[in-house]
Amino acid sequence: MAAVQETIDKVKAIDVDQYKYGFVTDIESELAPKGLSEEIVAYISAKKEEPEWMLNWRLEAYRRWKTMDEPTWARVEYPKIDFEDLHYYAAPKKREGLKSLDEVDPEILETYKKLGIPLSEQEILAGVAPEHRVAVDAVFDSVSVATTFKEELAKAGVIFCPISEAIREHPELVQKYLGSVVPVSDNFYATLNSAVFSDGSFVYIPPGVRCPMELSTYFRINEQNTGQFERTLIIADKGSYVSYLEGCTAPQRDENQLHAAVVELVALEDAQIKYSTVQNWYPGDSEGKGGIYNFVTKRGDCREKNSKISWTQVETGSAITWKYPSCILRGDNSQGEFYSIAISNGHQQIDSGTKMIHLGKNTASRIISKGISAGVSQNTYRGQVSAHRKASNARNFTQCDSLLIGDKCGAHTVPYIESKNSTAVFEHEATTSKISDDQMFYCQARGLNEEEAVALIVNGFVRDVIQQLPMEFAVEAQKLISISLEGSVG
Amino acid sequence: MLEIKNLHAEVDGNKILRGIDLTVRPGEIHAIMGPNGSGKSTLSYVLAGKEDYEITEGSITYNGVDWEELGADERAAAGMFLAFQYPIEIPGVATMTFLKTALNAQRKARGEEEISTPDFMKLVREKAKELKVTPDMLKRPLNVGFSGGEKKRAEILQMSLLEPSLCVLDETDSGLDIDALRIVSEGVNQLRSPDRSMIVITHYQRLLDHIVPDVVHVLSKGKIVKTGGKELALELEKNGYADYVDEEAA
Repeated sequence: MAAVQETIDKVKAIDVDQYKYGFVTDIESELAPKGLSEEIVAYISAKKEEPEWMLNWRLEAYRRWKTMDEPTWARVEYPKIDFEDLHYYAAPKKREGLKSLDEVDPEILETYKKLGIPLSEQEILAGVAPEHRVAVDAVFDSVSVATTFKEELAKAGVIFCPISEAIREHPELVQKYLGSVVPVSDNFYATLNSAVFSDGSFVYIPPGVRCPMELSTYFRINEQNTGQFERTLIIADKGSYVSYLEGCTAPQRDENQLHAAVVELVALEDAQIKYSTVQNWYPGDSEGKGGIYNFVTKRGDCREKNSKISWTQVETGSAITWKYPSCILRGDNSQGEFYSIAISNGHQQIDSGTKMIHLGKNTASRIISKGISAGVSQNTYRGQVSAHRKASNARNFTQCDSLLIGDKCGAHTVPYIESKNSTAVFEHEATTSKISDDQMFYCQARGLNEEEAVALIVNGFVRDVIQQLPMEFAVEAQKLISISLEGSVG
Repeated sequence: MLEIKNLHAEVDGNKILRGIDLTVRPGEIHAIMGPNGSGKSTLSYVLAGKEDYEITEGSITYNGVDWEELGADERAAAGMFLAFQYPIEIPGVATMTFLKTALNAQRKARGEEEISTPDFMKLVREKAKELKVTPDMLKRPLNVGFSGGEKKRAEILQMSLLEPSLCVLDETDSGLDIDALRIVSEGVNQLRSPDRSMIVITHYQRLLDHIVPDVVHVLSKGKIVKTGGKELALELEKNGYADYVDEEAA
C-alpha cells in the first residue's frame, strides 16, 4: 500500500510541477449573482459606470445571444456548458479612489510578481534597458488592476488603458470602432462577450506614431466559477506602428472555467499591428479533469491601403481551444500574417487556425502553422483563405506542419480555399511527421536525455514561428514548449 | 579500457553478432574490416546503446562499468562517441545550437557547470577551422542539405568538441572524395592520444593509409575471424574477404 501511495503522490507532484501558475490568490472578491439576464447585464454596465449607449449596445447583444445556438462544427468534445451556473462578473474588492499602483492590493501585486510580471514601474526600470521596456495592463478576473507607463505613453499621444476607462474617457473612438471588426452578432461566443465583457485593453496609436515601447496585457483568472470575458480593441491610425503582447494563466481547479474573449484590430492606411500571444491557461490534469475552455474570436481589419496585421501565437494551455485569429484584407496592397505554434498534450483539444479574407487588390497573406500533438490530445488546424471577385492579384502562401509524439494523439488539417478571382494565386503546403527513432537515438548518442532530445527537435520544428516573436517572448515560449511536453515520451 | 566478451546480439529476432571478443586499451586504434552484412554497423550500434539492439549473451564493460546498465545518453556522458555512417538530419536546429546543447547535456550529466557562451564560441571556432567547417555551416540546420563530406566533417567536429575517451567511427570514409578523406583523417589523427581508444570500422584499406591502426580485425558473420597488425589490411586489399568468408562457411 505504501508503494501505491508513493506512486500516487509522485504523480500528483508531477502535475503541479508542470503547471507552475496553478496557485490561487486569496483575496476578497465582489461577485455578481450566478446566471445571465438583462439585470446582470445592467449590473455589469452600472459597475463600470458606463454611459447609456454602452448599456444599450450590451442589451442588444444579449437579446441576440438568446436566439443563438452554440456552434458544433469544431472538432472538440466537451459536456454542455450551463451558462446559468456562472458568475459573469468578479472583481477584487478595492479601496475607494484607487489612484496609483501603490494602492493596488498587495496580494494582487504579489500574484503578478509570482507570474514574473512586475507591475511597479520602479522595478521594471531597475531591471531593463529603456528600449526593452514593456508597458503592462494587468487584468485580474473581470477588471483591469493596473496599467504601467501610462504617462510616458501619453506623451507620445498613445492611449493605453482599460477598455472600461476608454468607454468613459474616449467614447468617440470606442463608439466608432467597437464591434466594427467583430459585429455584435458575429458568433455565439462573440455575442455573449459583447453582452457581458467586463474589461480588457484599449489601444489607440495616433497618425504617424511608432509606439515607443511594446504594449502588453496579462490576463489572470482567479475566482472560481467565473467566466472571463475580456475585450480588446486596438486602433493603429494612419502610418502608425504598434507591437502588442498578450499572456494568460489561471489557477488549477477541478471545474472547467470559461474564457470567451474578443479582440478587434483596426489598421488604417500604412499602419502596422503586430499582435503576439502566449496562451498558457490551465490545461487540466493528467486525467483530463478541469482546465479552461478557451473560445476566442480574434480578428484584424486591414481597413485601408498598405496596412499590415500580423498574428503570432504560441498556444500551450487550455483544455479546449477554439480560436481563429483572422485578417480582413480590405485595403489595396494590404498584408496579413499568421504564425502559430499549437501544442496539445494530455487530454487537450485544439481546433485553431486562421482566416485570410482577400477583398482588396494586390493583397498578400502568409500562414505558417506548426501543430504538435502528444499524449491523447487532438490537434486540428482549420483555415480559410478566400479571394473576393475584386481581389485581383491576391496572393497566399500557407504552410501547415504537424508533428506527432507517441501513437495515441491526433493531428488534423482542414483547409478551406475559395477564389472568385482568376488572378489570385494560393499555395498550400502541408506535412505530417513523427519524431523518428533515428533522430532520438542520434541526439541521445550525443548525450541528450529523452526529454532534452524531444525539446530540441520540437524547438527546431517550430523555429520559423519562434523567430517572429519579440525577443523576450521567444525565450519564454521556448521554455514553455519544453515544459508543456514534459512526460510526453516514454 | 573496453572489454567485449562473447558478445551475442540480435535485432528484431535476427541474430547478428555471434560471440565477439575484443579488448581495446587506452591509446590503441583498432580497425574492424569485413564484408557487407558481417555485423560491423550492428557492433557500433550495440556499443552506442541503440534501442532494439539487444544483447542476448556475453558482456560489454568500459572502465569497469557494465555498459548494458547505461542508456545511450549516459554512455555518451561516460566518454562514448559514435561517428555515424549516415548522420541524421535535425531540421530547424542550427549546428552551433546542437553542439552547445550536446556539450552542456554531457557536462550536466557529469555534474559539471555549463560552458559559457563566449567560451563555447571560441572553442567551436578553433576546432571548426581545423576541420574546414565554415561559419556558414555552423549556422545551417544540422546535416540538412549537407554534402557527404560536410556531414562527415560535422561528425568529427562533434567528436573533437565532446572529447570522448572511446570513439567508434562507422565507415567514416564512405562518400568522401580524396581531399575530404584527408581532412577528416587529419582531424581524427589529431585526436589520437594515450588516453583515448578508437575503433575504426571500414570496408577499405585506403582510410587506414591515413589513420594507421595498431590492430586490424576481420569480422565475418558476426564473429572476429582474424586479427593481425596493420599489414593485414593490405593483404585484404589484395585478396579480398573471400578467404575468410569461405573459411567460415567450410
